[in-house]
Order: sequence, then structure tokens, then C-alpha cells
Amino acid sequence: MKKNQTLLIAFIFVIVLAVIPLFIKKDNLLTYLCMILLYISLASSWNILGGYTGQVSLGHSAFFGLGALGTRLLWFAGWNVILAMLVGGIIAIVFALLIGSPAFKLRGAYFTIGTLALGQILFATVGNIFPQISSLPVQDLQSYTLVSRYYLFLAIALLTVLVAYLIANSRLGLGMMAVREQEDAAESLGVNAFRHKLTALVISAFLAGLAGGAFAFFQIGYYPQYPFSPVWTLDSTMMAYIGGTGTILGPIIGAIFFVVLKEVLSLNLAEFHPTVFGILFILVVLFLPGGFMGFWKRIRAKQNKKRESAAELSHP
Amino acid sequence: MLQPLVQNIVYGILIGALYGLAAVGLSLVFGVSKFLNVSHGELLMLGGYASFWIFKLLKVDPFVSIPLTIIFLLLIGFILYRLIFSRLIKLEVEKKIQNSLLVGFGLSTILQNIALRLWTADDRSITTAYSGLSFELAGIRFPAVRLISLGIAIVALISLQIFLKKTFTGKAIRATVEDWQSASLMGINIHQVYLLAFMLGCAMAGVAGTLVSICYSIDPSMGLNWTLKSMVVMVLGGLGSMVGTFVGGIILGVTESATAFFIGGNYRLIAGLLLFLIILIFRPQGLFGTKEGDK
Repeated sequence: MKKNQTLLIAFIFVIVLAVIPLFIKKDNLLTYLCMILLYISLASSWNILGGYTGQVSLGHSAFFGLGALGTRLLWFAGWNVILAMLVGGIIAIVFALLIGSPAFKLRGAYFTIGTLALGQILFATVGNIFPQISSLPVQDLQSYTLVSRYYLFLAIALLTVLVAYLIANSRLGLGMMAVREQEDAAESLGVNAFRHKLTALVISAFLAGLAGGAFAFFQIGYYPQYPFSPVWTLDSTMMAYIGGTGTILGPIIGAIFFVVLKEVLSLNLAEFHPTVFGILFILVVLFLPGGFMGFWKRIRAKQNKKRESAAELSHP
Repeated sequence: MLQPLVQNIVYGILIGALYGLAAVGLSLVFGVSKFLNVSHGELLMLGGYASFWIFKLLKVDPFVSIPLTIIFLLLIGFILYRLIFSRLIKLEVEKKIQNSLLVGFGLSTILQNIALRLWTADDRSITTAYSGLSFELAGIRFPAVRLISLGIAIVALISLQIFLKKTFTGKAIRATVEDWQSASLMGINIHQVYLLAFMLGCAMAGVAGTLVSICYSIDPSMGLNWTLKSMVVMVLGGLGSMVGTFVGGIILGVTESATAFFIGGNYRLIAGLLLFLIILIFRPQGLFGTKEGDK
């Protein structure tokens, strides 16, 4: 019953998102929605590796960037954009497989700084190889429609959340969470920690690569280095933490919150948006492990307890 | 061929000294309290801006204003420790490293954003009357400000070393690095030691920032790369050894300048990071040379 309810709400939500472009004709509003969807994809894909498997990676932008780079190059070379995106995602997977076994030799914080260094290496290298800005050719610019981009972002966000949901409710997901909680204990119970971590990395990389592809299709002009910027990694990490890592809804709430906060602040504090978000992030790490979702769960648990004790009192 | 190479290596050594100085601060904090403060580069940036504005507005020579920068950074360190980092001390080691890293990222986002809004994204550097001076020896150029900076870096390191070796407080800090539980049993106030080490680490970053703003340039987004460089050097030099860290800095500086010479200036950063990854992978746990790591 409870599960059906959740599914129903999710279904209604998706329908609403699907018909929104029919009613909203304002470009800037649609752009915000695109950004929310993009951030949902990024934060949720980060969450598969960082939240469910406990491998806090700060190299997420590498996969996002590789997807964007591959897609952009192939798309400009005349490929169908969907096909180009798939290849972009596959490039991200290949990179994930290449770095997987050395990176997972590192544990905990060492993994985190190792992935950060990797991300920075790619960021610098791509900047060296492609120093020129990449702009949409004029003929493509004329046929540019925001709505098609919106649906692409929507499709990828849905796919990412769906994959995260399926993983969370599977044997694989249980294994990942076991690795997160106690790697050695999980190993001793027959969970192959390395294989679970690598699987999480590959899935997370592929989804981030797809998101990068959509970004390459969406953005009119940008430096090819830009999607590799550490900002993307930090933003997705912070969103996942603020919403709640290791939950399905957490990264979604974090992403919506991030963009909405930016809007709210835009009236007078827009330029200090990173500061406000950074402060929130620190507060969550220090005082609210589990983010908004964890907070919500705790409140619910307390209410339930009260209700139970009240019920006990009335029926002695 | 030889002369430009030697020239490059000299430049590498000169910048390497600053890497060493920056890393000593990070390493001190990590060694004492196991806080991996990834906003270290931003603290360095703050030091750089402090000297820049003191020079610009008050016309005080940046080398002379170093004590002011140190006081400023000690204060910042005090505030950051009391507000943020002190709340992490009770965590177990693994969690402490991880959470201090995350908190550090939040902090670096904040400091970077504030610096960008207050002082714009422009590259800044301090140009004094003697900035252009340089000596030549056997055809090799030695820019005066970089030589002075090398001297100051060495003086700063020696002072820190003397403080740690000779004073009671310094000994308390070193005892805490060795074994905080025993140190605590001997009546050392661990919280004060943590606080002090954190403030000293910030001060070292501040001095390094001043020297960077004199010899090179500073901008709001410089922090992350300086943090990464400091981490590379910390890993290279091993924990707990000032001399080791300083030598590590010079190794990184020379590696970078050799890369710039043979491959291209754009690949300086990448060479250092690759070096970092290689060491990380071959010595994953013990690399910070800590007792906890060996357990």
C-alpha cells in the first residue's frame, strides 16, 4: 500500500514534468528546470558511488566532462546526438575501468584525494589540448530548441533516478551498502568489495557521462575544459550531502534546493550563493549527518514513538 | 641547452621552497590533529591578499608586513578552529580525516566566493621598487625577490623547528603527534595543542601566501591547486619531518620546472599530480607515516 502510494506520487510527478513545456513558454523558466534536472542526474549518479557504496569521490566531473567532450566532438562531426551521447557515456565507462583498480587500492580519504587529483589532471589536460571555445555552428543555432533539450535532460534524470532506485532495492545495492558500512566485515561475509565498488563506479560514471552529453547538446558555447571543472564535482557532492546521501530522494531534494536557493538569493545575494550553500554544507556535515532526509526520518521516528506511547496510554 | 635547463632548475628550486613552506603548515595540522584541511590553499590566498592590500593601501613593504599577515592568519585560524574544526575532534581517525576534508571543501568554496566578490577575479601581484632586480651568476639569473623569499621561507621553517624542539609548548605538540593518548595522560591539554597547531598551520600558509604574491601572483581561485601541491609535498616529504617536507617541496618544484622545460609549461601541474597519484597508489596507507595508518 505504502509502496504503491510512493509510486503513484512519482508517476504524477513525472507526468507533470513531461507536460510542463506545453504550458510554460518562458525560456528562462525552462532553463531553470533544465538545470534542476541536470543537477538531479549529477547528484544522483554521484550518490550511487559516494552515498550507497560510501566511496566519496571528488572526481565526478571527470566523467561528466568526458561524456560532454565525446558527445560534442561526435555531434559536431555529424553524428546523431543520442548516439554521440551513448558513446560519450561509454568513454566515461572506459575511463572508470582504467582508473578503477588503482583508485580502489585507496581507502577512505585517500580515495577521495586520489580522485580529486585525477579530476584535476583531466581538467588541466583537456584545457591544454582544447584551448579554443567550442561554439554551436550557425546552422545548428537556427534549429536550436530548448524544449528538445528539456526532454533530454528529463529522460536522463529519470533514467538516473530509476537506476539508483533499482540498485538500492537489489542484492547489488545491499552488497554496496555492506561495503560502505564495514568493508572488511562485508568481505568476510563473501561480498566482493572491489567488484561492488567497481560496479558502482562504472554505473555512476556512465550516468554522469550521459548527463555530460546532454550538457554538450544544451550549452551553446563553452570551453571544452569547463565541464571538467571541480565546481561540478563539489556542487554535486554538496547537493547529495545536503539532501541526504544514500537515499533516493536526498540528491533530488538537494538539487532542487540548490537551484531554488540560487533563485531566492538572486534578488539581493545572488553572488554569495556559493557561500550560503557552503555554510549549509558544513552545517550538514557537522551536525546533520543524513541531510534533510535524515532529519525528516528522525522527526518521523519521534512522532511515531509519541503516537505509540499515546496509544498505549489510551488502551492500557 | 644546458644553461636554460639550469636556469629552469634554479627557478624550480626557488618556487619549490614556497611549496615546502605551504606544505609544512598542512602537514603540521594533519600530523597533530588528523585534520586534512583542504582549505589550506585558500588560507594561503588570504595571506597573499592581506599583504597585497597592506602594500596597496598602507604602502607598507610586503616583507616588512609579514608579522601583520601572521597575526591576521593566526586570528583566522583561531576562529575557524573554534567555529568548525573543534567539532570534529571526538571522531575516530578515519571519520575525522574524511569529515575534515568535506568541511574543508565547504570552507574553500566559501572563502573563494568571498574573495571573488570582494576583490574580483583579477590576477594580483605586489610590485615593489626592487621587484625587477636580479643577480647573474655564470649566466644564470637569480631574481632578488625570489632569493629573499627563499631566505624567509628558510627562516620561517627554522623558527618553527626551534619552537617545536626547544619550547615546552612545542614539545607538547610533538608529543601529541607521537601519541596523543599518552600525551594526554601526561597532562598535556590536547585541545589547546590542536588549536595551537591549527593556528600555526594557518600562519605558515599566510607567510607562503605573502611570498607567492610577491614572487608570482594571486587570484581567488588559486586555492585548490595550492592545496593539491601541498598535499603532494606532504606525501613526498613524509609526515613529521620539517626538513623532509621542505626537500619534498623542492623536488616538486624541480619536477615541475623540468616538465615545463621538456614538455611544456602547461603540463607543470599535471606532472606534480601524476607524481602524487603514483606515490598514493604504491604506498596507499602508510604514506603519511602515521601510527594509525600502520595499525
